[in-house]
Amino acid sequence: MDIVDHYLYTKEHEWINIEDNVGTVGITDYAQSALGDITFIEMPDAGKEVEQFEQLLSVESVKSASDIFAPMSGRIIETNDDVLEDPALINRRAYDKGWLVKIEISDADETSNLLTADEYRNYLESLDRNDGGEDSEE
Amino acid sequence: MSTGLLRTSLYDKQRALGAKMVPFAGWEMPVQFEGILKEHEANRQGCSIFDCSHMGEFLIEGEGARAALDRIVTQKVLDMTPGTCRYGMALNDQGGTIDDLIVYCITPRKWMVVVNAANITKDREHFERHLGPDVTFTDISVGTAKLDVQGPLSREVLSALVPGIQGLSYYTFGEFDLLGEKVVISRTGYTGELGFEIYYPWDKAERVWDQLLLDARVRPTGLGVRDVLRIEVCYPLYGHELSEEISPFDAGLRMFVDQGKDFIGKQALLTRPVPLQTVCVLSDSRRAPRQGQRLYSPEGSEVGEITSGTFSPALGFGIGLGFVKKTFTSTDKVIIFGDEKFRQPARIVTRPFYKEGSLKN
Repeated sequence: MDIVDHYLYTKEHEWINIEDNVGTVGITDYAQSALGDITFIEMPDAGKEVEQFEQLLSVESVKSASDIFAPMSGRIIETNDDVLEDPALINRRAYDKGWLVKIEISDADETSNLLTADEYRNYLESLDRNDGGEDSEE
Repeated sequence: MSTGLLRTSLYDKQRALGAKMVPFAGWEMPVQFEGILKEHEANRQGCSIFDCSHMGEFLIEGEGARAALDRIVTQKVLDMTPGTCRYGMALNDQGGTIDDLIVYCITPRKWMVVVNAANITKDREHFERHLGPDVTFTDISVGTAKLDVQGPLSREVLSALVPGIQGLSYYTFGEFDLLGEKVVISRTGYTGELGFEIYYPWDKAERVWDQLLLDARVRPTGLGVRDVLRIEVCYPLYGHELSEEISPFDAGLRMFVDQGKDFIGKQALLTRPVPLQTVCVLSDSRRAPRQGQRLYSPEGSEVGEITSGTFSPALGFGIGLGFVKKTFTSTDKVIIFGDEKFRQPARIVTRPFYKEGSLKN
C-alpha cells in the first residue's frame, strides 16, 4: 500500500496534508482499495464547520457506503468538483488528484491525535496480522 | 491460519489471480478479481466465469421421485421431460419460502435439485421429511463443483470445448463430455445474459477453470459483481427478497407457482394476506439504495424498505429492490429512499432495470 511520508493519517484511513493553515483531506490507498470502485460522493457544503473525527462526508462504492471523518477541526473552504464528476479518480489518485476537501484548521495542536506515516504503516501491518482484510456485507 | 470456513477446489487458483476473498454462507469465496466495474463489463460484453461450487445439489431417485418433487416444489414437475429444468420454490406450512431452487429432470426416475449454499442443511431436512420410502435422496453438494459461464460470448467460448451445447435452449440441459469427463451443462444463470452452468466432479474443477481461462475472452468474476448483475435484472436473492417469512406472492413471483396443482404450503399461501408489493427503485443520482434503508412517500411517510441495492454500472444510477405497503401508490412514480442521515429521490420503474441482456439470444 502506498503511503505519503509527509502526510498525517487517522485510524479510519483518512489523510491530511497541512500547508500553512490549510489541510487537504483525502482517503488513503488502503481505503480506496478496500472500498473498490468508487461511484458516488456526498460532499459537504463549503463553509461548513467540522469537528475532529466527526463525520465529514460519505463515499459509496458499487456495493457499499462508508462514512469519512474529519482528521482535524475547522471550516471547509473548498471541495473537489473533479471527484464528483469522476469518483473513480479517488481509486486512481488517492493522494493527490483524488483529494476531497480543504479545511481551514482551527486548532493546530490536534495533529497530536493523528498518526505519522510510520505510525500509519505500522498500524496497517497490525491490521494485516489480525485478519486477512475487510469483510463485505454480502 | 484457520478461519473455520470451507474452500472450493479453486481457492488457490483464485488467490493466485488476485481474488479478494470473503466469508459467504460458511465458505471463503472470491468477492472480486479485477474490480466490480471491469468484471461487470466482462460479463455484459464478453464472457465471465463464476465459481459457484458452494451451492447445493441433491439427487432424487426412484419410482416416486417425480410425484414427491411435485409436492415439494411450487412449479409443476409432473409434465417435465428429460433434459428440461425449472425454477421454483419450496414452501413451509405457512406459505413462506424455505428456498428457491432449480429442478433438473435427468430421467423420469432421476432428478437433480440445485439449492442455495446457505440453505443446504434445512433443505436436506425438508426434502428427506417429504420424500416417500420409494425415493432415494443423496446430497451430492460435497464433491460437485459448479462453474457458471455467462455473457453474450459464452456460447461461442464454451462450444469450442463442448460443441453439443450449441443446441441448448433456455432452461434445458444435457450430459456432455468436457475434457474427458461426463458433466451436466444447463442453459441457466443468474446474470440476465446468455449463459451456462456446468456441474462437474470437484477434483476436476481446476482443469476446467484453467482451460476456460486460456481463452482470452474469458474473465474470472466474483460474488460482488454477481450480486450487481442479478439486481440489474431483478432476480431475487434468498435472505433478501425471499425468506421463511416472505412468500413467492409477496416477492412478485406468482409465475413460478402453479396454482392448478397441490404442493406443500399451498393452502396457507392462497389464504394468507399479501400486505406488501415489490418495487424496483431507480435513484435519481449515482447514490444507491442499500439493504435496510427505508422507503418514503413523496410526502415523507414511511412506506417500505430496501432489501437489495447497488450502483448499476449498466445504467449509471443507483438501483434497488424493496417492498412497499400494498396501499402505497404514487401517481408520478416518485419514491424516496434514505436513513436517519439522508433522503434521496428516486422513481419506481418496471422490472428489469437492465433490459438489453443477451439471455434469450
